[in-house]
Amino acid sequence: MKYVLGVLVDNHPGVLSRVSGLFSRRGFNIESLAVGVTENPAVSRITIVVDGDEYIVGQVTKQLNKLINVIKVSIIGEDSISRELALIKVRATPATRNQIVDIVNIFRAKVVDVNRNSVIVEITGDSKKIAALEEMLDDFGILEMVRTGNISIDRGMRMVRCIHPENEEEEFYGENVL
Amino acid sequence: MKLTGAQVLVECLKEQEVDLIFGYPGGAVLPIYDVLYNTREITHILTAHEQGATHAAEGYARATGKPGVVLVTSGPGATNTVTGIADAYMDSVPLVVFSGQVTNELLGRDSFQEVDIAGITMPITKHNYIVKDAERLPHIIREAFDIARSGRPGPVVVDIPKDVQNTLISYQPGDGRPMEWKTREKWYEEAENNIVNMERALEAINKSTRPVIYAGGGVNISGAHKELLEFAEKIKAPVCVSLMGMGAFPGTHPYFLGMVGMHGTRYANYSVSHSDCLIAVGARFSDRVVSRVEKFAPEATIIHIDIDPAEISKNVPTHVPLCGDVKEMLTELMGRVDEKAESEWNRQVREWKEKYPLKYRGKGSLSPQYVIEKLYELTEGKAVITTEVGQNQMWAAQFFKYTEPRTFLTSGGLGAMGFGLGASIGAAMGRPDRRVINIAGDGSFKMNSTELATVSKYKVPIIQLVLNNHTLGMVRQWQDLFFQGRFSQSTLGPDVDFIKLAQAYGIRGYRISANEEVEEVLKKALSLNEPVVVECDINPDEKVYPMVPPGAAIDDLID
Repeated sequence: MKYVLGVLVDNHPGVLSRVSGLFSRRGFNIESLAVGVTENPAVSRITIVVDGDEYIVGQVTKQLNKLINVIKVSIIGEDSISRELALIKVRATPATRNQIVDIVNIFRAKVVDVNRNSVIVEITGDSKKIAALEEMLDDFGILEMVRTGNISIDRGMRMVRCIHPENEEEEFYGENVL
Repeated sequence: MKLTGAQVLVECLKEQEVDLIFGYPGGAVLPIYDVLYNTREITHILTAHEQGATHAAEGYARATGKPGVVLVTSGPGATNTVTGIADAYMDSVPLVVFSGQVTNELLGRDSFQEVDIAGITMPITKHNYIVKDAERLPHIIREAFDIARSGRPGPVVVDIPKDVQNTLISYQPGDGRPMEWKTREKWYEEAENNIVNMERALEAINKSTRPVIYAGGGVNISGAHKELLEFAEKIKAPVCVSLMGMGAFPGTHPYFLGMVGMHGTRYANYSVSHSDCLIAVGARFSDRVVSRVEKFAPEATIIHIDIDPAEISKNVPTHVPLCGDVKEMLTELMGRVDEKAESEWNRQVREWKEKYPLKYRGKGSLSPQYVIEKLYELTEGKAVITTEVGQNQMWAAQFFKYTEPRTFLTSGGLGAMGFGLGASIGAAMGRPDRRVINIAGDGSFKMNSTELATVSKYKVPIIQLVLNNHTLGMVRQWQDLFFQGRFSQSTLGPDVDFIKLAQAYGIRGYRISANEEVEEVLKKALSLNEPVVVECDINPDEKVYPMVPPGAAIDDLID
């Protein structure tokens, strides 16, 4: 079973390696990890997709909470908004280009670059949607692909926020420095 | 007030009421050592090796409960502390290690004596810092001590580049607490659950007819030994301990079962296996205790009291968790639990205890177990015992009766040979009112015997009791039992004369080779208020029994 964790951390150098190191050290598998700064510049949010059972997720959550720089760990509910972004470079000849564009349109993706031999497709969506597009484009020949990793946010008034906002003047990086 | 980083460090140490540090100077900490030169309030103990310094600081911390402080230089100075830091992490010992570092400008360029000690120690510290901004230094130091001490204690490393030590920064004297330290409410769920779980725990205990308490190092750390004693007496529960739990419950008490687990007593292991309610107090169900998880306390409702929520159900599924300070939890439980009367269960446990006492056969003319029993008798238990790792450690746990917390100091989780001698130095400085005896084997003694230099330099009145079987006894025991007696690389041979070694350091040495000589020599050693090495010639085929073979249930013992 896959779990999505929303982890709020201090936006300090080295924190990402504390978090990722904990996973490898304790034998937990990270399926994907995405990180960026939040509405509070002193705080970054890491979205981690973990593959495991209830025991693993319980342990991951508690071990993460033991890290001094971790502010809050939440398991994101199944009914949440999940997105990742992928850029896919596909082999395209004048003969196949239109077919590719058709598929891209069906997925509400975008062609963001085109030249004689290839197109670059940008798609956002959950991982299932991206996998489906990938499968369709595979027939034409995928030359290169890059993905961001999943980010998730709960719907409505359920949210992952700090209970005690950090003292902001202490260290104000403004951008993510993990 | 403007001070250099090095001066600020020393001022902050004073704020923390640190009067003793263990360390070793070098290039990257020269500015700090220069400040220490004129600092009367802080005694610096120069060890022979940084590992010894770390173990000494651990010994001090374990004996007193106060954080141990280490100061070392960058590179090799820092890497030499790693074993001690890992040891402190495993056994929840408050330690603050300051390491020098190359200047910020040289960082990351593989400079001379540069090593990423923050990266190296990340998995073995509660937290660590590299101080890049000098202005942050006082805050970081205060926070480091707070983290090391609070909750489940542990080691913290503070890596200070040399330029930070020399920078003038503004310093405001404080009370030692970090200014904006916020307790993050990460564990509110656990705290909420405690309310319900307390009721469930009370119900389980009240209902139980075969309760057993399993006490660990958390009782010693929390200082909850009195509460534990009252609680056990109220519910008439026998008490077994983990290795780290020695001293948490008086070894002389009729309810005391000794150690549980791999080298536990038969009666402790039987009691746990037959219990219908196991109350784990500040213990973490180590594999050396539990052995086979599915056969551990199979009939019991397991109540687990621990300050670290991550320990709950980590190794053994827990039925009723209580997250919090052991002392507070025990106080509440004790206040509300029904008093029990002695029962058939107590009679059963007593019967096991009489039927299967710890015993030894005595191979050869000198038994290590006898030496330790005599040591207990002659000191009347009023000593602090440190140990090395292996057979010496197990015998020290089995045959000396510990009646007070923080009197048995051992490398429990990490099992680091070479721990004991350094630890005994720190313990002796932390507890000058007590005689400190390091019970060692010849293998572990050789690992850090250089610390005899420290013992000699500072005339630390420890007794180094070497149980010499010329082998790595515990390795040999396993090879004998499970590898058909193929003693691969476990025979050390009579290669060192420990008496002469002691003399080379200006320390008196005595040798014992028969049971009849034990009392006289130990009496003599105890009467001298100076360092002594006592070597005991023991038989290499002495074994630690009883023993749970690997993978077996704990009531499936051999002896």
